[in-house]
Amino acid sequence: MNGESARRAPLVRGFEVVIGIETHAQLSTQSKIFSGASTAFGAAPNTQASAVDLALPGTLPVANRGAVERAIRFGLAVGATIAPVSIFARKNYFYPDLPKGYQISQYETPVVQGGAVDFFVGEVAHRVQLTRAHLEEDAGKSLHGVGRDGTRAGDAPLDFPGDWSGIDLNRAGTPLLEIVTEPDMRSSAEAVEYARALHTLVVWLGICDGNMQEGSFRCDANVSVRRPGAPFGTRREIKNLNSFRFMQQAIDYEVQWQIDLIEDGGSVKQATVLFDAEHGETRAMRSKEDAHDYRYFPDPDLPPLVIGPDWVERVRAAMPELPRDRATRFQSEYSLSVYDAAMMTQSLTIADYFEAVAKASREPKLAANWIMGEVSRRLNAAGVDDIAVPSATLASLIARVADRTISNAAARQLLDTLWDQGGGDVDALIDARGLRQMRDAGELERIVDEVIAANPKSVAEFRAGKDKAFNALVGQAMKASRGKADPGEVGALLRSKLA
Amino acid sequence: MIDSEGALAQARTADRRRAEGDAGPLVGVPIAHKDIFVTRGQPTTAGSRMLEGYRSPFDATVVARLADAGTVTLGKLNCDEFAMGSSTENSAYHLTRNPWDESRVPGGSSGGSAAAVAARLLPAATGTDTGGSIRQPASFCGITGIKPTYGVCSRYGMIAFASSLDQAGVLARSAEDCAIVLGAMSGFDPRDSTSAERPPQDFHAELAQGRAGASAAKPLQGLRIGLPREFFPAALAGDVDRTLRAALAEMARLGATLVDVQLPRTELSIPVYYLIAPAEASSNLSRFDGVRYGHRAEHYEDLQSMYRASRSEGFGPEVKRRIMIGTYVLSHGYYDAYYLQAQKLRRMIADDFQACFRECDVIAGPVAPTVAWPIGTQSDDPVANYLADIFTLPASLAGLPGMSIPAGFGAGAMPVGLQLVGNYFAEGTLLHAAHAFQRATDWHTRSPRLVEAAR
Repeated sequence: MNGESARRAPLVRGFEVVIGIETHAQLSTQSKIFSGASTAFGAAPNTQASAVDLALPGTLPVANRGAVERAIRFGLAVGATIAPVSIFARKNYFYPDLPKGYQISQYETPVVQGGAVDFFVGEVAHRVQLTRAHLEEDAGKSLHGVGRDGTRAGDAPLDFPGDWSGIDLNRAGTPLLEIVTEPDMRSSAEAVEYARALHTLVVWLGICDGNMQEGSFRCDANVSVRRPGAPFGTRREIKNLNSFRFMQQAIDYEVQWQIDLIEDGGSVKQATVLFDAEHGETRAMRSKEDAHDYRYFPDPDLPPLVIGPDWVERVRAAMPELPRDRATRFQSEYSLSVYDAAMMTQSLTIADYFEAVAKASREPKLAANWIMGEVSRRLNAAGVDDIAVPSATLASLIARVADRTISNAAARQLLDTLWDQGGGDVDALIDARGLRQMRDAGELERIVDEVIAANPKSVAEFRAGKDKAFNALVGQAMKASRGKADPGEVGALLRSKLA
Repeated sequence: MIDSEGALAQARTADRRRAEGDAGPLVGVPIAHKDIFVTRGQPTTAGSRMLEGYRSPFDATVVARLADAGTVTLGKLNCDEFAMGSSTENSAYHLTRNPWDESRVPGGSSGGSAAAVAARLLPAATGTDTGGSIRQPASFCGITGIKPTYGVCSRYGMIAFASSLDQAGVLARSAEDCAIVLGAMSGFDPRDSTSAERPPQDFHAELAQGRAGASAAKPLQGLRIGLPREFFPAALAGDVDRTLRAALAEMARLGATLVDVQLPRTELSIPVYYLIAPAEASSNLSRFDGVRYGHRAEHYEDLQSMYRASRSEGFGPEVKRRIMIGTYVLSHGYYDAYYLQAQKLRRMIADDFQACFRECDVIAGPVAPTVAWPIGTQSDDPVANYLADIFTLPASLAGLPGMSIPAGFGAGAMPVGLQLVGNYFAEGTLLHAAHAFQRATDWHTRSPRLVEAAR
């Protein structure tokens, strides 16, 4: 796969781009990974931090089964190995938002090992191999304010005379699944499509709410460049990318920056950088030279996480149909192309909608085209995920196109109205607007006869072999029908009469 | 630290329970807790300046269970700082003296618990044992102490020193009292993932059952007591050796069979323990950073200097030493050579015990190489001091239950304890053997002169 991607990858100023992604997906459990405190977002600072989250003396962690179950679900979805025994380890470092002075994570033996994510870039299929996915707890947040009315903390202004720093431990102990890829991606576009596919998957699986603004799904991109065929270059890690657009911008900027540096005779030093969205550039936080020694060791408070085959099977039995499987089924059941099937499984909403429209209209190919075209366009324009038109309504509309009651153009026009109204009676609207295509054979024949009679010159030219003349005749007939005739029928009738 | 108000309130509750006919064996019994257990009612310091004035918003599971059983908590008992030490001299607050000789140490780290029981201030006290911290002070103070199998008592609310070794237990006047208290404080706790999921055990009821084939005259009939040759080295103090051999002869008279066994890695348990315990401690004590609670330095420039100053001021020398050792052995490049190697040896030490338990039911030996030493005489060389833990560390590393029972007196008329180690969850066997011994002897009933004088 690596080699294949490499062959496809466009070079940037003669350099090959190499990207690996680490994603922190916040697991959608009610309570924290090692305590019973709530994980709900947006509460007043430190109101959702229990004694365990505050690391009060004497407290101990207890692993949340729900978090483990979500990790298993993810592992099964990406075809990974679910480790029968995995180990929680302590990552030791001091920071005010890390109450225990260590983060509980998984180090040498993660719960999910291997696996792959499939996606499209344009119409080209890609596969990115996963290294691992492991469970860990999130840290709290440090907040900094300036002066008496330093309100950068959010809601309540804190009454301090000078600059202040505060710690909010509501997020401390929130369960995360850190999903790590191999360095398989060769362009920012691939990286973004991978991230989108992963986002789709975790939301589809119901293990993460996918809310990127709230930080439920955030990516770090490890980026390096090299001359084709050369060993991997030194990477820099762009931290905390919380939108796909920023990811693309950040990687593109970073690639240019690294190439500039190399071409100027410099060499890239390993570093952690942040993307400054305002200025569109990446900036080093701190060089890795003073990197922490995290002193990882197995957490003696938590026994090895044992996941027996029965547990895995129970999770498997409760799994929703996976995007991959559903796409395969869409191909076989609805005769969709590989690409169409992939597009129709980009989210659970789209997939369910497509399937409902396809069934009700009995026109799966048309349904896919309409959803990819007209529906997606409207969704993108509105920037939402809610399809305003019920599936049954779109199905009726498509059925009327398929049985040639209305033209495509008329149907598009109708969809605007239906979208604005949030639905409606398709047939009633067709009649009210007089959009019904002419189905009266006698009427059509009369129009065609009149056109032939009125345009002897064009008839003669057509008979002499000029196709242009034929089109002119069809146009005349359509005009005479005030657009209600079916152009196909008109053409067929004309041909038979002029034969 | 005495909590009179809290104690009086609990006493009134106990009176009411008794009046209502609750005759539970611990209703109204005064106890106190090693100051390593967090308590809602009283401050909890772990013997450290770091936690001066700290109040826990919750009770340790052990504390809550004993309160539920009706005990009256008189207060908290001194200990070595964060349970690191074997003389209670490492407490940041008080010097605890041995009631048998006030110029000597009570042992540690549960020295306050042992001294209070020996001085007959309390019938029983809680303690914790990481490498011998219940057994050794029990031995030094001439009382009975039990550290159960790792996982029998919840560690929730016990301020962690070395999580894989820490275990709560009891110090009391007799095996019978130990059995009663241990029964009330032990059992599965969903808040401690390392707690053993087993049905609750009534250790006291088990004492009465007796051994199959035993008689009143020979209550230990059929019990095989293993004597590891490594536990009786030439270097063992003569008084300790003589006292223990006499006690073992008594055990034999009661029907037990003495068999020779081997624990070939006994000496290795010292380096293994002093790598693993500090490694875990270095991480466990990271939470004491001056940010949320505990000591914060008054003067600092920035975050790093706040950490440095708060921790430098808050921790005593032995705690700092162990944090440094632990940080070192977990560091990149040293982990494999030290921590990982120690873990492998730890497993082998546990295996050695299993080999022994194929030949015997209980292992016996000294608790400490000597009787309690005079205050202030411990060597400036910490390694020399660590060597004195040699007989208690192996069972701790293996997670096995161990006891110390009064066996007689040695040099300076100081008490000598006999250590009994059982297989996993064989507390019943240990308590039964100790109880049988105590029914035939009166060492455990002896009290220090100062107690006699007070009568």
